[in-house]
Amino acid sequence: MKTILNVKNLTKNFGGLCAVSNVSMTINEGELIGLIGPNGAGKTTLFNLLTGVYEPSSGLIELIDQNKSIQIGGLKPYKITNLGVARTFQNIRLFKSMTVLENVKVAMHKNIRYGTLAAILRLPTYYKEEKWVEEKAEELLKEVGLYSLRNELATNLPYGKQRRLEIARALAIQPKILYLDEPAAGMNPQETKELTELIDHIREKYKLTVILIEHDMSLVMKICERIYVLNYGKMIANGTPEEIKQNEFVVKAYLGEEI
Amino acid sequence: MRKELLNKANLAWLLLSIVSFVVLSILMKVGIIGSYYSITLYNIFINIILAVSLNLVIGVCGQFSLGHAGFMCIGAYCAGIMVKMMPNMTGLAIGVLIGFALSTIVALIVSIPTLRLKGDYLAIATLGFAEIVRILVQNMEITNGAAGLNGIPKLTTFPLLFVCAVIAILVVCNFTHSAPGRACLSIREDEIASEAMGINTTKYKVIAFVIGALLASLAGALFACNFYVIKPDQFTFNKSIDILVMVVFGGMGSMTSSVLAAVAIGIINVVLANFSEIRMIIYGLALVGIMIFKPTGILGTKELSFKKLFDKRKEKSA
Repeated sequence: MKTILNVKNLTKNFGGLCAVSNVSMTINEGELIGLIGPNGAGKTTLFNLLTGVYEPSSGLIELIDQNKSIQIGGLKPYKITNLGVARTFQNIRLFKSMTVLENVKVAMHKNIRYGTLAAILRLPTYYKEEKWVEEKAEELLKEVGLYSLRNELATNLPYGKQRRLEIARALAIQPKILYLDEPAAGMNPQETKELTELIDHIREKYKLTVILIEHDMSLVMKICERIYVLNYGKMIANGTPEEIKQNEFVVKAYLGEEI
Repeated sequence: MRKELLNKANLAWLLLSIVSFVVLSILMKVGIIGSYYSITLYNIFINIILAVSLNLVIGVCGQFSLGHAGFMCIGAYCAGIMVKMMPNMTGLAIGVLIGFALSTIVALIVSIPTLRLKGDYLAIATLGFAEIVRILVQNMEITNGAAGLNGIPKLTTFPLLFVCAVIAILVVCNFTHSAPGRACLSIREDEIASEAMGINTTKYKVIAFVIGALLASLAGALFACNFYVIKPDQFTFNKSIDILVMVVFGGMGSMTSSVLAAVAIGIINVVLANFSEIRMIIYGLALVGIMIFKPTGILGTKELSFKKLFDKRKEKSA
């Protein structure tokens, strides 16, 4: 299997607090990886480092694309995104007063080939590209089942649908790697089930490498092929769901030690 | 003519502009809009350009700029000086172009460092910038200092003004309804998410700011060639606030509302002409009132759209 993401000794300090400490991980193409850990373990900070929101204090993040290795640690988020890395947010960050369709269109920005001048002068390329974007965005919305809501403002969607839209928007980037930050948070069992199916489906269809943070253990254990466990910023374990369930460090981190 | 442009909605807009132009022209010719009121009318059109362009920066892109009068000042003086040397339309055109060039350079200098940061730095930087421009103009020889430029030939005709206002609205609306415009809107909505969608946020903030500056400079040029005299104290902080009031009063992000607010405030100013001292107080009260009762402005983000209107009718009949 080919490696797509290689993280080496990644560290992030906030003043005296070490939020992520010396984390290393290797992720292969097409894997579905779970990232778990108690609250405050540094999972979202790790995502923020991987997507460029934070600059690492030290360590390397290497993205391997068609046998070319690119250092992405400390790059601007939009540059990392344009290398084929998409994400969703823990605390949904949709463009609230834009429509569902527009939300998806924003994410297709990289592939739109006309500039500001062509937009203002309404040159033929504008119409051609906009037509393409419209079709492509509608296609994607049909796929995630939001097509009928396409002209609704994002803020008016129910919670579960907003999460879905975040995933659709991330897919519109046409990523190779997709980070999902607690996609099932706050969902009821039915919604979680639908979400699981959606993740499976898009992963298959777009040949994605998916890394997800999740507290819903049944979901993680069911769909993830490999799991990394963070606690107090340190990577304490990694392995298959079965191995993780047996791992004494993980059990300690979640349940505490015997006295 | 390309077929994409020839749709019902665009034709409706064209019709609306032609009708309003003809009606206003006739009213002025016949004398129903007398010479006093026609000054107000000219002012309203200049304010439309200013309000729409500031709305692009504040309403669409979400960047708070307090220095619009500064760009207007640059445009006004470039055109004023040029037209005094060359009192014809070519002179005005050259003046406008020089104003564009200068505004672009200044806008880039102000915006590139400040727009890289998140938060209200732009407001402070633009506030300072506008004052610097005014003080420079007040102390330079070519601008004739505090006395201002006199005897600028009146080249701003109603048709020219009308066409410029329409162009300004078109530029801003076309920009907003395009990929770069969507990028700007997404920055307003959520900058972190916008960047995570692969958008170079600094770039688009700068683009919006520069377009705003260019249009303000155009408005300044038309302003200069309208009143014979321009003085530095016409471009103070108060002027920036005047424009801001129109944007906030109407509704941030809606061009229709900027136009309506420019018209409404133009009319209110005429009504309040006799109490010019309390004008600012009334402005202030109106703003506070808006903030309390309708923080999104009178129209909010609602936009007059013939396209939607026609689509709705089609849906109904179908």
